[in-house]
Amino acid sequence: MLACLTNLLSNMQQSALIPHLFRTEYRKVIAVLCKRFGFDQIEIAEDIASDTFMSAAQTWPLQGIPESPVAWLYTVAKNKARNYLQRKTTFANKVIPETSNRNDTATLPDYEIDLSPQNINDSQLQMMFAICHPTIPPEAQIGLSLRILCGFGIEEIADAFLTNKETINKRLFRAKEKLREEKISIELPPAEALEGRLASVLTTIYLLFSEGYYSISNNKVFRKELCIEAMRLCYMLVENKYTNKPAVNALLSLMCFHASRFEARIGKNGEYVLYDEQDTTLWDTDLISKGAYYLNLSASGEQLSKYHLEAAIAYWNTQKDDTREKWENILQLYNRLLQIEYSPMAALNRTFALSKANGKQEAIIEAEKLQLTNNHFYFTLLGELYTGIDTHKARHHYEQALALAKTATDKQTIQRKIDGIGKPMC
Amino acid sequence: MDEYMLIFRHEDGNKIASPEQIQIWMNQTMEWIGGISAKGKFVGGNGLPFEGSKVVWSQGVVTDGPFGEIKETIGGYIIVKADSFDEAVAFAKGSPVLLGEGNSVEVRKIDKHDV
Amino acid sequence: MKEYLLVYRTDFNNMPKPTAEEMQALSKRWMDWIGSIAAQNKLGNRGNRLEVSGKVIKSDGTITNGPYAEIKESIGGYSIVKAESYDAAIELAKGCPVLTVGGNVEVREISQVQ
Repeated sequence: MLACLTNLLSNMQQSALIPHLFRTEYRKVIAVLCKRFGFDQIEIAEDIASDTFMSAAQTWPLQGIPESPVAWLYTVAKNKARNYLQRKTTFANKVIPETSNRNDTATLPDYEIDLSPQNINDSQLQMMFAICHPTIPPEAQIGLSLRILCGFGIEEIADAFLTNKETINKRLFRAKEKLREEKISIELPPAEALEGRLASVLTTIYLLFSEGYYSISNNKVFRKELCIEAMRLCYMLVENKYTNKPAVNALLSLMCFHASRFEARIGKNGEYVLYDEQDTTLWDTDLISKGAYYLNLSASGEQLSKYHLEAAIAYWNTQKDDTREKWENILQLYNRLLQIEYSPMAALNRTFALSKANGKQEAIIEAEKLQLTNNHFYFTLLGELYTGIDTHKARHHYEQALALAKTATDKQTIQRKIDGIGKPMC
Repeated sequence: MDEYMLIFRHEDGNKIASPEQIQIWMNQTMEWIGGISAKGKFVGGNGLPFEGSKVVWSQGVVTDGPFGEIKETIGGYIIVKADSFDEAVAFAKGSPVLLGEGNSVEVRKIDKHDV
Repeated sequence: MKEYLLVYRTDFNNMPKPTAEEMQALSKRWMDWIGSIAAQNKLGNRGNRLEVSGKVIKSDGTITNGPYAEIKESIGGYSIVKAESYDAAIELAKGCPVLTVGGNVEVREISQVQ
């Protein structure tokens, strides 16, 4: 799994050392510091983490890059945290001795920060559950995840949401307020609450992935990193015995299958390449087999989550051959998925699968029932279903789709389909 | 633990009882369900008003009803968790529906095999 | 949107025994039918199938085996659909596969007050 992620990463532009380390180490330092200080002092944890990288940026160009840059960063972070904790204790002892607890002064204060791999891992996992607490609004969960769990810069986050730094800062500020108000503790949920809490963690991971996969942002590198980050977080859950549940494996499988088409689905100019037109040699076979591996692992237990169904659909989509078996399976998976969670896209995809499994006539009747008349995909589907049956209707539906489509890419795609009507079907 | 459906059959209360009487039945029902809930074994349920009910047959035939073979019609149902058929039957026996002459409760095990 | 209970009834005793292929075809029709309702965002709850055996408790305290003996067709399962009106719910019920094997669908509005 990690090898896959590293491969994906190595395809990306080589970044400079400090930004690269910021991306990989900031989130570890911040998780450990937050866990230690609590959300009450999250800003201080952020300051210490940021100052650490600032020190590196100031020192390294002058003194040369240390032999072990990561160890250097950890030492500096530890020192800064120790100084802070000492100052705080001194202040507490000198200024407000009457309010300080006697027991506190009896035991020796421990100023050490534990940046061992084990504690980093534990802190990050606990942080994941804290940030994805159901009382935190989804938008805030995403923002905090991007910043604290993934260590993205404010500017990158602003770019991804096509907004400015001020907006993101405000959003993060409110989210942190919320964490304090709700008195969210940084720990793994107890066993009886695990299922529910895990569900909201998975929702956020999937949102992060989708943000990268379907984002309107043109920054392909960032989008890919976002997908990788979502997969990394999910992988952490799979690696931990306590959180390694079937639905987690299913979600990881789903993301592997999707990510396998990352290169194939975005063209040279950032435009989407439709599934049928993708160059399958660009599909990442390593990720496809990882997807199959985790899909197998997900098939235990009794709960059938939407991730299981979506992963199974994604599996069938890696099978390029247009067999009856494939489409019958996809149809039944969509039938089930829609029972768990309705979405217009799932309804449209189900109807497309129906046309392949049961024939166009039945699919047309079903499609007319959907009445998703403000959705250009709906009319594109109708156009496709009528192609070869009623050219006039096909064209009419495509034209309605064209009128509703917003992006140039979507319009081009529909126009190509209009041009294709009447040509022999392959 | 399995789930069982308890189906109530009785006459249309609105036709045979005063609003006050219906209120009493409602309270009795609430109490009965409360007892099952207290054991953590109540899953859900619904009341089904008699008015407007229909039966759909093949070839698009629709009839009023079902008021054919027996006069008691389904008036509602609840779903309970139970370790055995006997436990589900014991729950059913406490239903205030059975206070009315000719009424009945059908107990059916839910088939969980088709996940 | 109101919710309606669809109660599926069949005469189990007088149903011809289906072959394995017929069973599979029927099962696909059920899945496609429920999927169709779900795709229209009109499924409240897919509901459940009920096992054939059962018990009936009467007001006089007698308990009989099996589903209701006085009624030829017994309840095989139920679903809950969302519809604007009784008529719309009936339209949905008309596509139910139980109708192709001699069964019927009782359509009942669910009481809004609980």
